[in-house]
Amino acid sequence: MSYILDIRGVNKTFGGLQALSDIQLKIEAGTTHAIIGPNGAGKSTLLNCCIGRLIPDTGSVTFNGMNMIGKKPHEINHAGMVRVFQTPEIFPDLTLLQNMMIPALAKRDGMFKFNPFKCMSKEDDIQHAAMEALQEIGLEKAYDQHAGSMSRGDKRRLEVAMGLIQKPSLLLLDEPTAGMARHDTNATIDLLKQLTSNGMTKVIIEHDMHVVFSLADTISVLAQGRIIATGSPDEIRNNPKVKEAYLGETEDE
Amino acid sequence: MKKLTLKNNWLVMLIFSTVVLTAPIWLSPLGANYPDLLQKFAIFGIFAIGFNILFGLTGYLSFGHATFLGIGSYSAVWCFKLFSMNVLPGIIIGTLIAGLFALIIGYVSLRRSGIYFSILTLAFAQMFYSLAYSVLTPITNGETGLQLSNEDPRYIDALFGVAVEPGLPSTNLFGQIMSGYPGFYFCAILLIIGFYISLKIFRSPFGLKLRAIKSNQTRMRYTGFNPRPYLLTAFIISGMYAGLAGSLMAVTDPLAGAERMQWTASGEVVLMTILGGSGTLLGPLFGVVMIKYFENIFSAMNPSTLSEFFNFLPEFLQQVMVSITQHFVGQGWHLTLGALFMLVVIFLPGGVMEGVTLVNKYIRLKLGLVNTASKTKQDPVRKNLVDPIAQPLTEQTNDSQKEEVK
Repeated sequence: MSYILDIRGVNKTFGGLQALSDIQLKIEAGTTHAIIGPNGAGKSTLLNCCIGRLIPDTGSVTFNGMNMIGKKPHEINHAGMVRVFQTPEIFPDLTLLQNMMIPALAKRDGMFKFNPFKCMSKEDDIQHAAMEALQEIGLEKAYDQHAGSMSRGDKRRLEVAMGLIQKPSLLLLDEPTAGMARHDTNATIDLLKQLTSNGMTKVIIEHDMHVVFSLADTISVLAQGRIIATGSPDEIRNNPKVKEAYLGETEDE
Repeated sequence: MKKLTLKNNWLVMLIFSTVVLTAPIWLSPLGANYPDLLQKFAIFGIFAIGFNILFGLTGYLSFGHATFLGIGSYSAVWCFKLFSMNVLPGIIIGTLIAGLFALIIGYVSLRRSGIYFSILTLAFAQMFYSLAYSVLTPITNGETGLQLSNEDPRYIDALFGVAVEPGLPSTNLFGQIMSGYPGFYFCAILLIIGFYISLKIFRSPFGLKLRAIKSNQTRMRYTGFNPRPYLLTAFIISGMYAGLAGSLMAVTDPLAGAERMQWTASGEVVLMTILGGSGTLLGPLFGVVMIKYFENIFSAMNPSTLSEFFNFLPEFLQQVMVSITQHFVGQGWHLTLGALFMLVVIFLPGGVMEGVTLVNKYIRLKLGLVNTASKTKQDPVRKNLVDPIAQPLTEQTNDSQKEEVK
């Protein structure tokens, strides 16, 4: 079995708070792995440790056989790991088309390229790819609108599409459907299911159990900085420990 | 078929060049067509265009750009002293040395962003300003300023046996003296070249990435770009523009003083850019023309010119008007500038260019030039604007329906 992402013994403390303690997580290539857990369990911290926003105190993060600890965010992006944030991180002052072109340019130009004498309007393949990506999320008609004026759901879909245009081998999604209306959520689920058939590996943090159980192949449950269970959706559903942590059934007993 | 619009670089350049080169003609009704002021327009135009590449595109507000202006001036004057009175080596070396200093200052300052970046650049500028008066006096000649003298070696000129005339030599371009109108046209051609480079940068992938850095630097990092080299490149380019402007100041008047590097000079270019509209191609140039015009024309006015101006009024009113307006001219021209700056920032936060866009929109609307295509384009936006309001409503109805079912 090949693991695309291998997290071993990751610890992270903020002041006196143990945000993550001894996290062991292996993500199998080509699968969808969901991470669930109550608020403050350390889900986002774990993702931040993967993409270089935070550096774990101890432990290792190996992606495709490469050590990711200490690498810069842009280097990790070029290794093939792309993250979609919880609050949409887009370019609010640029148009939707430009928002799409930036990641496409990143894929082509690398971390730095000085090309001031190329004309943006003549970059046909980049524009074409960006337009196609906008069509996939149904925003092609608003291509010349500023991204800042979009609704929250559209911003989120835009950000997912911006991640996808780079064709990453691992996509990290932090609550991709939070704040979306039900039909938008379903559209997002369909979009993400489609990716699985393309062989893209995904890690999803999600609160919406409908999304989790319709997408995930494997689920890990995180509570108070520890992984308390990992298994198939059915195993997790029936795991007493999970019920205890998630639904707080201990108090009832 | 290609439509000829302002998206076409050559059309833009054609219009721009025509406007710049005919400036002596169309500025004459305003009384601003004398070479000294025209040269200032062109030189500060180059300075502001370069500043706009940094501030307008990346949003990094440098408060020390006058340093590069001063460095350009000193380098150019040293070139005139050591090598040749021909201006070409002077402006090339002035630009390059300013670029080198921009590399060093930018490398250190760009480690921080926002107000800290501004403070760092300001600190550097003040440091260079003080150094020019103290430690560096052998190079800068302190308060007297760096001047030409008859004892200067001018090795290249000597090598080619350029005839030495009595008195101080003047700058030239292969024999053509660089003062008066020829000086203006030389600066104007460099302004046009500078504008062309800026236009290319604005419309290139590089420029788009710089704008993306301004919009959201975090996203930029996680999209796979390293923002630092982009920012540094923009900083160096704008430093080189400032160096070019500084060396042109030396070309039109071959002496250099440290007052060019004072923080007020750095602040002036910020004012020009914001007044005209930062992040727009033409805005900074509007700002330059406005500020330099007020500086030269309004400061030259006095009560007697004002009473001539208000001659058409009855004598009593004339005296009242003069007594009010005299505070806004002459020494008080800064008052006019301040009032104007306040009006622009309050009513047109996007600068004069925002006003131009608004007027343009209004005219197009009146003439019925708004094509139907752009109207249909707005539909998705309207949908999106409605969406967030509609969402809770539908959810509410769903909930109430559920309750009813229960």
